[in-house]
Amino acid sequence: MAEELPRREFLRIEKLVKTFGGNQVVKGVDLSFDKGEFVSLLGPSGCGKTTILRMIAGFERPDSGRILVEGKDISGLAPNQRKIGMVFQAYALFPNMNVADNIGFGLKIAAMPKPEREARVEEMLKLIGLSGYGKRYPFELSGGQQQRVALARALAPSPRMLLLDEPLSALDAKIRVSLREQIRQIQRELGITTVFVTHDQEEALSISDRIVVLNTGNVEQFGQPFEIYNRPQTRFVATFVGTLNTLNATVADAGAKTVSLGGTTVTIPALPATARNGEAVALTMRPEAVSLANGTARDIVLDGKVAEVSFLGSVIRLKVDLGDNAVNLDTFNDQRTPPPAHGAPVRIGIASSDVLVLER
Amino acid sequence: MKSGKLWSWIIFGLGAAYFLVPLLATFEFSLRIRREGYTFDAYTSVFSDGRFQASFSYSLIVGVCAIVIGLLIVVPAAYYVRLRAPHLRPIIEFITLLPLIIPAIILVFGYIRMYNTSSPLPLLGTNLGTDILLTLAYVALALPYMYRAVDTGLRTIDVQTLTEAANILGANQATIIARVIFPNIIVAVLSGAFLTLAIVIGEFTIASLLNRQVFGVYMQNVGANRAFEPAALAVISFVITWGAMGMIQLLARFAPKTARRD
Repeated sequence: MAEELPRREFLRIEKLVKTFGGNQVVKGVDLSFDKGEFVSLLGPSGCGKTTILRMIAGFERPDSGRILVEGKDISGLAPNQRKIGMVFQAYALFPNMNVADNIGFGLKIAAMPKPEREARVEEMLKLIGLSGYGKRYPFELSGGQQQRVALARALAPSPRMLLLDEPLSALDAKIRVSLREQIRQIQRELGITTVFVTHDQEEALSISDRIVVLNTGNVEQFGQPFEIYNRPQTRFVATFVGTLNTLNATVADAGAKTVSLGGTTVTIPALPATARNGEAVALTMRPEAVSLANGTARDIVLDGKVAEVSFLGSVIRLKVDLGDNAVNLDTFNDQRTPPPAHGAPVRIGIASSDVLVLER
Repeated sequence: MKSGKLWSWIIFGLGAAYFLVPLLATFEFSLRIRREGYTFDAYTSVFSDGRFQASFSYSLIVGVCAIVIGLLIVVPAAYYVRLRAPHLRPIIEFITLLPLIIPAIILVFGYIRMYNTSSPLPLLGTNLGTDILLTLAYVALALPYMYRAVDTGLRTIDVQTLTEAANILGANQATIIARVIFPNIIVAVLSGAFLTLAIVIGEFTIASLLNRQVFGVYMQNVGANRAFEPAALAVISFVITWGAMGMIQLLARFAPKTARRD
């Protein structure tokens, strides 16, 4: 087994607080990012993710708390002194400059000699796959191309960190997927610490090393995409990231970790030690953790009727009515087996180890 | 539908005639200096007059100075208000409208009281001081047009994002205004500049009371003493104004294109 590389802290955020007009949008956030890491700030509108990013960039001043890069407090520095690259949602290319001048802007400000600057611009154009586009103006480029130029412009002065403020949200779905892959590839190639703000969970889960899930100015969970999705620590994370089934059950024997569900008693290893007999609990699981039983051995087996069938291409999502409860389950599309008909009786199976009991 | 179109043309024709007939009549009159037929002698007489050249070049220099000073004040002010203090906008707009509310005669009497030779800042005591005062008066006079032109230009671009994008790339405020904001509002700025020039070229009240020989004062003098030359001057002054308007249109073609959003 490969030995895990030692972590090197690059960016530390300490007790960050920001208030706008009496509304506290960031409430004492503590975070620590490693060098070369790709971290996403994920959350709904108004959760404080963009405000945190803007405080890292220096566009907003924290009310209290500190931002440290490689151990040095940068909270008091102006944005133009922080050596940070940033890509904006609205591209923000300078309309009066062509692509080459846009990319070379930061280098010109840094007084880099012209031959070196031109070489660096060429290198950047090659990196983003737009060689030969240097003389074009932003209005002559598509949205995806403009955003790639914005990325090159941010990277050209070799910043120590890259901030991405929802850079893909103005693009259409196909370009969004290809550009996010390209961003990730370039980030890996350069090994630059990157903070990516998004409200799109699929985007965050697909490209991040780690994800910070934010809600109402607080960090709900900070971890790898696998942990965030499979082991959500709060009800908010469980419901915000992915689809979640909730089954209402009653604690049968707290000591033995058993609950009564649909007339049967099942063991739930995740039942918290604080649970009491007779208490109502919500058992949650992802749709892919539920399967059509069809004789397969699962420790929780329930009977119901198909309430809805949604054909999603490679996957078919079924909604099964269990009487008191209803669950969504995903099953692969098998060309030889048609999906169950609406109203058909089905038996579903759930592995008790996939069940989570959310406390809050 | 057809009769509607006909009425539109009739109204357009009447409107055009209202403006063009007096102008054509003035032009025709300016050519009648000799009994034997039409000549451009009135124009030759005006152009060869040393006072015309002196007053016109003086007005031009004062106009250009007023434009430069006006831009140095208005562009950073409008930019700052849009970026950091949008709540101050109604106040700033009111201040910039004041020159339209206060007649020029009041303004110039105020200046004479404030800057006379017995005042703490006796600008009127010297020729240079009076020139400076006249230029600043024109800056104030052109403020409503200059501010609106620049503000309209700023409205067409995403000032905040462009500022932040340039700022994070290392640029300071002065560089951002000079290299990013200004080139993107150049057409609006030039509109303001040409409007200022048109106002300065025709201004009479302030210059006359400050005893400066500007083009407006020269026109008034000629008008009082000659018959055909004032008509020629009126036509020349129209040509200058239209030339300025034409320049605005021409420069608009070279405006930086805004980014396409798709």
